[in-house]
Amino acid sequence: MDIETIAKKLNLEVRSASDRLKNNVTGGYTGDLLSDVMANSHEGDIWITRQVHQNIVAVATLKEHAGIILVNSCEPARDTLEKAIQEKIPIMVSNLPAFELTGAIYNLLGKKD
Amino acid sequence: MVAWNKLKITVHTTKTENYLYTNSFDIEGGNFSKAGTIATGIKSILKELGLPNDVVRKSAIVCYEAEINVVSYARKGFINLTVTPKTVQIEITDEGPGIPDIELAMEQGYSTANQQIREMGFGAGMGLYNINCYSDKFDISSEVNKGTFLKIIINTPQCI
Repeated sequence: MDIETIAKKLNLEVRSASDRLKNNVTGGYTGDLLSDVMANSHEGDIWITRQVHQNIVAVATLKEHAGIILVNSCEPARDTLEKAIQEKIPIMVSNLPAFELTGAIYNLLGKKD
Repeated sequence: MVAWNKLKITVHTTKTENYLYTNSFDIEGGNFSKAGTIATGIKSILKELGLPNDVVRKSAIVCYEAEINVVSYARKGFINLTVTPKTVQIEITDEGPGIPDIELAMEQGYSTANQQIREMGFGAGMGLYNINCYSDKFDISSEVNKGTFLKIIINTPQCI
């Protein structure tokens, strides 16, 4: 399933790299500890987090995540956004809390598209 | 610091009988805006060299954690990367406070990070633990008020 489909179904607001919404999402990871995300997330994951600072872009780039979703309507910091545009990492914003968003995406990915 | 685009050009010209690639990368202590860029660059180099995905993944995690440690705690440091047909060797040297109790620092969850570092999602006490987990060989030595030295070896299956 691509990011665009997930963004539409869950009313996500895209903040960067809107030309990369065809990125394929193969799984997901939820976490705010960067070392944990580094160690346990996978390429193609959509990363759900509350962190808004620029280092999330470095982690997503390094792990080749499909994109990042910020929860609870948190907005990315300005330098985060600049870096995400530069690295072509889609950052999206959801008004849902992490638990609900994770569940919704888990269900979406579980369905054959 | 060497520019990454320049590095990409040199990848295939440094090939000798003993090593496929070797280079050194400076890390700036305290500069979180650049944190992760060295690890990202090293990952691209290893990919370009055609190393297996698993080796690239482990090396990237190890470099990232080591880089974050230097940024978080040291004044400055550098990573020496050497790729041979059988191994990826990563050496990290820093000038910083050093580690008084290495055994304790290796424990998962132990951290001396300040509040500012923790708020950014670092300082979870997983850095050295992750480095150890993803290395085939890991040596660490440290001197208080001088710095820390890490040597990591990740074995590559003989396919290059």
